[in-house]
Amino acid sequence: MIEIVQTPPLNSVQDLGRFGARHYGVGTSGAMDDVALATGNLLLGNPAGAAGIEIQMFPFKVKFRSDVAVAITGADCRARLDGTLLPPWWSTNARAGQSLVLQSPVSGARSYLTIAGGVDVPVVLGSRSTCLRIGYGGHRGRALEAGDRLACGTASQARQPHGGIGAEPPEVALAAAAVDGARDVTVLRVVPAAEHDAFPEASRRAFWQEAWIVSAQSNRMGFRLMGTPLHLDQPLEIRSSGIVPGIVQVPPSGQPIIQLRDANSAGGYPKIGVVIDADLWRLGQARPGARLRFVSVTQQQAATAQRETATYLAEVETQARLCRGDALS
Amino acid sequence: MGSSALLFQAPGALDLANQRRIWALARQVADWPGIREAASGMSNLLVIFDAQSCDPEALQARLLSTWPTVNDTPEAGRLVELPVIYGGELGDDLGLVADRAGMTPRETAQLHAATDYVVFAPGSSPGFGYLFGLDPRLFTPRKNEPVMRKQTGTIAIGGIQTSIGAAAGPSGWNAIGCLSEPLVPFDPLRDPPSVLYPGDRVRFRIEAIVA
Repeated sequence: MIEIVQTPPLNSVQDLGRFGARHYGVGTSGAMDDVALATGNLLLGNPAGAAGIEIQMFPFKVKFRSDVAVAITGADCRARLDGTLLPPWWSTNARAGQSLVLQSPVSGARSYLTIAGGVDVPVVLGSRSTCLRIGYGGHRGRALEAGDRLACGTASQARQPHGGIGAEPPEVALAAAAVDGARDVTVLRVVPAAEHDAFPEASRRAFWQEAWIVSAQSNRMGFRLMGTPLHLDQPLEIRSSGIVPGIVQVPPSGQPIIQLRDANSAGGYPKIGVVIDADLWRLGQARPGARLRFVSVTQQQAATAQRETATYLAEVETQARLCRGDALS
Repeated sequence: MGSSALLFQAPGALDLANQRRIWALARQVADWPGIREAASGMSNLLVIFDAQSCDPEALQARLLSTWPTVNDTPEAGRLVELPVIYGGELGDDLGLVADRAGMTPRETAQLHAATDYVVFAPGSSPGFGYLFGLDPRLFTPRKNEPVMRKQTGTIAIGGIQTSIGAAAGPSGWNAIGCLSEPLVPFDPLRDPPSVLYPGDRVRFRIEAIVA
């Protein structure tokens, strides 16, 4: 059992998302940085998709009501367990009565607190993720508040070895794809979408070549971007369809919107491209003011990128198991 | 549609026969190996697949070869009557839609309520859905920038489509009215969770017209 002692709004219970309820118009929700959530879980011997806490507003403080192994991954939030600084991307044992405090990260946007056994909230339509926009799932369908108590599921591996176990951060392990000259630009791989070719040459060039700035109107629903406006020669009448996290829509104002985890599940604005699943975590760590650049890839290249992420997670799992000395299964 | 989804867009008109085939295709596709979800849109189908076990090119070929074989199967569907206040603060684009149509706000409301609509697809938020049957005289383009809608149950027109808003939030559609009785559009713990499902028919009853 863990108790939330202090939290600003908008921190919530998330897993890897809700699939199979789109016939209701229900979107995926889930962790904005899915790789960080999965890494924390694998360090603890949990299934990759166990529910954890997504922290995007700081400071955040919890008190442990029982002994439990925990991991903190994602943005480095200078976590302190009873005052002792923990390394980033690290798991350790917390004892009953200890407090954990997470401070605003120096870089990155979201940190994840995972616990052995996972956060045990009811499964709603196949997932424990909170949909903040509509208000279901997670802890009572809402963001966490001071005084909330969260139960832990049954852990397969209750204890971490003395000193804890760490993981190589994905921004290092999966960096190759993201580095491109300018160091302060996040490069995202994008598969062109249905209306891409309907945009005139100048707009397509601007989309692929310019750096786009993440505006302050950016949250779990989506990011509004700022840059050279993109315009069609003539408006298209588009029939509404289901949309996916990562889709880049262009409303008539010409400023693109990247729809993300808590986005509407359908829409009808022209879609110029879709950020590949393997790069969505990079968006989850982009703050307002961050600069983004898009590079075009095929669906095959996207599948390769997905396999690289899967390989990284498999290595985290193997290393953690070796460190704990689990019986090999 | 990105690394793990395809959007199948049916050729031809937006009509009930085509849409019934979309629903039938959705039911078939859901059983194919490697498919995570298949979600009907307006004469289109979003197919989300597992990129590790499903080849997008093979999936695309199978969708294209299956479409001509899919039959137009009638849906059972219920008739749901919903009372509406047209115009007023929550339908403040009624005048704009009326002006474009060359009608009075009252005639516009009456024309909108004169049709039995068919729910074609789940909406952008769960609970109500996209409706088919809008009179072409009421077609109105979406706004240049989304505006904030404060309340669920907003009746709106976006291009050639009409719908009932299921969530407060930004919308580029033109609001012409609001349900007069508040309804919770979606509650995952209720059975059934949504008020409306694809295949249902919707009749709007005019409760009042506020010009």
